[in-house]
Amino acid sequence: MAALNNLTEHLEAFVDVTRSPTHHAESLKAIATSLEKGVLSINQLVVEMDMYLTTTDDVVRARGILLLAEMLDYLKSKPLDNAVVHSLVGFFTAKLAEWRSVRGALSGCLALIKRKGVAGVVTAVDAEAVAKSMAQSIQVQSLALYDRKLCFELLECLLEQYPEAMINLGDLMVYATCEAIDGEKDPPCLMIAFHVVELLARLFPSPSGPVASEASDLFEFISCYFPLHYTHTKGDEASIPREDLSRGLSLAISSTPFFEPYAIPLLLEKLSSSLPVAKVDSLKCLKDCAVNYGVSRMKKHYKYLWPALKDALYASTKTDLSFGLESLTSPGFGMGEIHREAVNLLQRLVKQDISFLGLVVEDIRVNMVFDTISRYSRYEEMLDTSKLEVLVVSQILSVSARSSVESCNIIFETFFSRLMNTLGIVEKTSTGDLVHNEISTVSTRLYHGGLHLCIELLTTSKDLIPSSEECTSTPESAQQSWCSIVSRFSASLIEAFTSAVQSSNDDCSADAYLGVKGLLAMGMFRGGSSPVSRSEFEKILTTLTSIITANSAKTVKWELALKALVCMGSFIDRYSESEKAMSYMAIVVENLVSLVRSSHCSLPHPMILEATSEVCSTRPTYVEKMVEGFEEAFCSSFSDFCVNGNFKSIENCSQLLECVTNKLLPRLTEIDGLEKSLVHFAISMWNQIESSVVFSYDFNGREFVEAAMKTMGEIVGVASVDSQNSIIQKAYNVISSSTLPAMESIPLTVAALEGLQRDLSTRDELILSLFASVIIGASPKASIPDVKSLVHLFLVSFLKGYIRAAQALGSMINKLGTGSGGTNISTDCSLEEACDIIFHESDSSKTICGSETFLGKICLGFCGSLDHQTRAITGLAWIGKGLLMRGDKRVNEIALVLMECLKSTNSSGNALHPSTMKHAADAFLTLMSDSEVCLNRKFHAVIRPLYKQRFFSITVPILESLIVNSQTPLSRTMLHVALAHVVSNVPVTVILDNTKKLLPVILEGLSVLSVDSVHKETLFSLLLVLSGTLTDIKGQQSVSDNAHRIIECLVKLTSYPHLMVVRETAIQCLATLLELPHGRIYPFRREVLQAVTKALDDPKRRVREEAIKCRQAWTSISSRSTPF
Amino acid sequence: MVSGLINENPTVYERKERRVRTDSTNSDEFSVEPIDQLEIFDILFFDFAFINSFFFLTEDSVEVDDLKSYVRVTFTPTVEHCSMATIIGLSVRVKLMRSLPPRYKIDIRVAPGSHATEAALNKQLNDKERVAAALENPNLVEMVDECLSPSFE
Repeated sequence: MAALNNLTEHLEAFVDVTRSPTHHAESLKAIATSLEKGVLSINQLVVEMDMYLTTTDDVVRARGILLLAEMLDYLKSKPLDNAVVHSLVGFFTAKLAEWRSVRGALSGCLALIKRKGVAGVVTAVDAEAVAKSMAQSIQVQSLALYDRKLCFELLECLLEQYPEAMINLGDLMVYATCEAIDGEKDPPCLMIAFHVVELLARLFPSPSGPVASEASDLFEFISCYFPLHYTHTKGDEASIPREDLSRGLSLAISSTPFFEPYAIPLLLEKLSSSLPVAKVDSLKCLKDCAVNYGVSRMKKHYKYLWPALKDALYASTKTDLSFGLESLTSPGFGMGEIHREAVNLLQRLVKQDISFLGLVVEDIRVNMVFDTISRYSRYEEMLDTSKLEVLVVSQILSVSARSSVESCNIIFETFFSRLMNTLGIVEKTSTGDLVHNEISTVSTRLYHGGLHLCIELLTTSKDLIPSSEECTSTPESAQQSWCSIVSRFSASLIEAFTSAVQSSNDDCSADAYLGVKGLLAMGMFRGGSSPVSRSEFEKILTTLTSIITANSAKTVKWELALKALVCMGSFIDRYSESEKAMSYMAIVVENLVSLVRSSHCSLPHPMILEATSEVCSTRPTYVEKMVEGFEEAFCSSFSDFCVNGNFKSIENCSQLLECVTNKLLPRLTEIDGLEKSLVHFAISMWNQIESSVVFSYDFNGREFVEAAMKTMGEIVGVASVDSQNSIIQKAYNVISSSTLPAMESIPLTVAALEGLQRDLSTRDELILSLFASVIIGASPKASIPDVKSLVHLFLVSFLKGYIRAAQALGSMINKLGTGSGGTNISTDCSLEEACDIIFHESDSSKTICGSETFLGKICLGFCGSLDHQTRAITGLAWIGKGLLMRGDKRVNEIALVLMECLKSTNSSGNALHPSTMKHAADAFLTLMSDSEVCLNRKFHAVIRPLYKQRFFSITVPILESLIVNSQTPLSRTMLHVALAHVVSNVPVTVILDNTKKLLPVILEGLSVLSVDSVHKETLFSLLLVLSGTLTDIKGQQSVSDNAHRIIECLVKLTSYPHLMVVRETAIQCLATLLELPHGRIYPFRREVLQAVTKALDDPKRRVREEAIKCRQAWTSISSRSTPF
Repeated sequence: MVSGLINENPTVYERKERRVRTDSTNSDEFSVEPIDQLEIFDILFFDFAFINSFFFLTEDSVEVDDLKSYVRVTFTPTVEHCSMATIIGLSVRVKLMRSLPPRYKIDIRVAPGSHATEAALNKQLNDKERVAAALENPNLVEMVDECLSPSFE
């Protein structure tokens, strides 16, 4: 009963038009829910609503009917009794005649008609009644927009779901549709209307049917929209895009062949219009019509269609043919939308009816091109009109040829020999020799236009060769007469293209372009039925390869040839042409690889490397070959350097390594088997270094060492654990055979370190750096032999100044197992033991890693020289980073040592050197920032989540208190630098949570750091942190509290002379501050305006632009009396 | 009193493509980038997108000399007796005063022959006192601000 009480309430609410729409929606929802839950049945509802449905108050009645309709819409998927549905549909049908309640009636009918698949659908008889009532009593165009849409939807639904019933109605439906559409202007309605026409056409296909007899009228109503044009382009986002509606119209026009007598003339007329939209739409629509009307109906119009199509092609082609690298695999000129559609239509017509091709073949304009083509030899010399002729005709012919094998045969039979004649290209005789007669001298004259035409045809025809499995099933040799024509000319064609390339010089890229493109086209015929024989194919490859190897500078020709070879390589791989792959391997790959191997050739080394790596990455087998070649080249160059001191060789080596790093490694996932080859490469690098025992020449090839380290590290990084193990083992063997193990025995005392005066030999340095790279790249699962001595070795090396060793030590510490069942079982040393070695205490045996350790003491200057001190600090930072990332507690003590170094004096009262403090401050950057060279994801670092946050929460309070108690200005600055590094590398959310505490320190830091220009980068990152807090809602309160200090600080920074971005950001921050409450910022306006006005005269434009915006914004809060 | 619009069918000048600054990759921290023609044009263009359709302002009509701190803008009203010319000129002046360093002397001119009361207009626009007086007038300032408020197209 409560439900019923509520119902009345909701009903009242909905019927009352004075209530708000949200109110209405709520009550609708409530009733719908109770219906869905079964608390209320539809019968009950109707009974309850009796009064609303029958009252004489028109408004209330209309609302009541609408409510019932909406309810039915909600219950679309709920089973209803058939009798209920019947009586409801009868009710709504009757109400259609009553204009006041027409919306409700329409929605009700629609909701019921839409029901399908559930119990209780409208019967065909009822549907017929609905349609009849609608046709007779509703004048669609006199209704409002929404109601019109409902009408169209209802029509659409009826036609879709009750086709038989609608066929019974016949004429009536067609009339109703015509009447409904007449004058409609709204896109969503039209969209449905067009679909209704399509449905009607499908429903009445018979030539004696109502659509056939009313075709003229119906067409008139829809054709007036063509071509579609929106007068109101904006404002209605829900509206339908023009393209969709235009597609709908096109489908409606092409829906029935009965429209043909009216449609085609109209479309041809619109095609001749100067409006681009009209042209595009006509072409699209004509294509639809060609598909749907059928050949026999279209045939009548061919003689008008062809000239119109030709004109469209001529008008839409631009004459600027590009001879650039990028157009080698594309048509070479820009294609507008009109052009694209025209081409589609032409292709469709030829494909559908070969007789259309007759028009093309016999066309005077097309034929004339072949006579005039030999008038100009160079493309640039041609008149624009003849350029146009050549381009359009080549398009027409190639598109027609592409349509089917048959059309291709006709085109080639008609034109190809003629074209060859004009170009002076001769036929092969049956014996295979070329016929040399007097015209062969003509062949040296190349006509660009002709060549272009020829290439277009060849490029097109290659797509028509069936793939190998198809051609075995169909005996197509008789069909493909074009193939035999091409094969008759192939030898001379290749010769002609070759001579075009060879005769080209640098100032004319057209010759080279056409030649290479021609060769490419000839080389891309696939399968056994290719018109180009294997020997000819090999000739093409030889020509292209010789272009690559002969040039000594990077010319257009060289790049074109390389791209062509790459295209052919990937084409061979795609269609798995084994024979051609063999030729390619023998001619291209081996040639280039042998060039890489031999150190002396005319081609500069980087160019050989580029060509080889591009060409060989097309197929895994080539890659293998190439890496082998690289290996050999590396070994021979390296030993050449070691023995003969040839500096050119070591340069070649570094270029080769760079090529491996930059070209091959990024494509690791694309190329199968690359990883294996690269690992092999890495191992042979080690072999080579091992065997070159003596470096007879001293070398300072920093470049080479860097390249080698990078390559080695990255190869190890991408390799699998097993491969890593083998590289590590190899590297370890090399290390053991060098003089480096001697360093392992050095005791960790200052005296011993100082005794080790001599630097490492060049070879040892190289081995150490490479080994460090291997360790850096290794994954935690890889097994490292003899960790303890290695730790010792790295420790000594970084104290000698090899930072790479410190990074390796950090990586090792990061990845070692924890001892008791940790991640790694294969190494003989746990993290604990390694730490014992590193932090071994000078006088007692307990292991902590604070200031009492040997390293700590060096850092703090208790022993050792200044050099040792700074190196120890840097090393400690890397070790700390390794520990920090894995979440080890020991990093806290390291941090304490580093902070100790930032104080002006150490615990025994000795003053610390400024350089020590600087290194200690920078150590915080090392600890917090993401490194590119080690300890990152690429190199399998162990990374605990939130490690930065943890470090932040430990160090920041200590740093803050140290700042407060700092004794000298230098120490204060350095503490601020350290704090800035920590703060600016932590995620911004952490800062936002602590804004209140941090803001004062950040502001102080900004003013301290702005004193000296060395800290400009740090200053900038700290400023970015500040700007992050200004915009966020979390930080707003404390920003507001500190407004005066922030503004003071920012105003100072607007004239910071050392870095433009600082000034720019400061001004942007000032503009952001305007979001604070007016009362907070108003007092500072004079100060800010003064500063910003000064910034208007900044030497940098970007700063001035910001200043203008900022000034404008701040002026607007000032009083009116000071407009500037 | 003239009823209706003064300029019912204005010549709406087609806007020229903006020249895009090409040397923006100036990486030298301490090199000086002097204020140039394009910069002035950008300052005016940024806010005058709407008004710009109603008067004619091209890059060439801006003369600037950063060393002498001098800028001259010549604009062309759409019709000879355009009553908006004064307010447009005033807006251009205010915009430049707000956007350029105070050391600049700003000269606003109507293109020769483009306005009926050319001489008077030029005098009015460059008279410091009269400009200051005009900006004392709250209604005028409001109008200028309206002209200068960024238009969103």
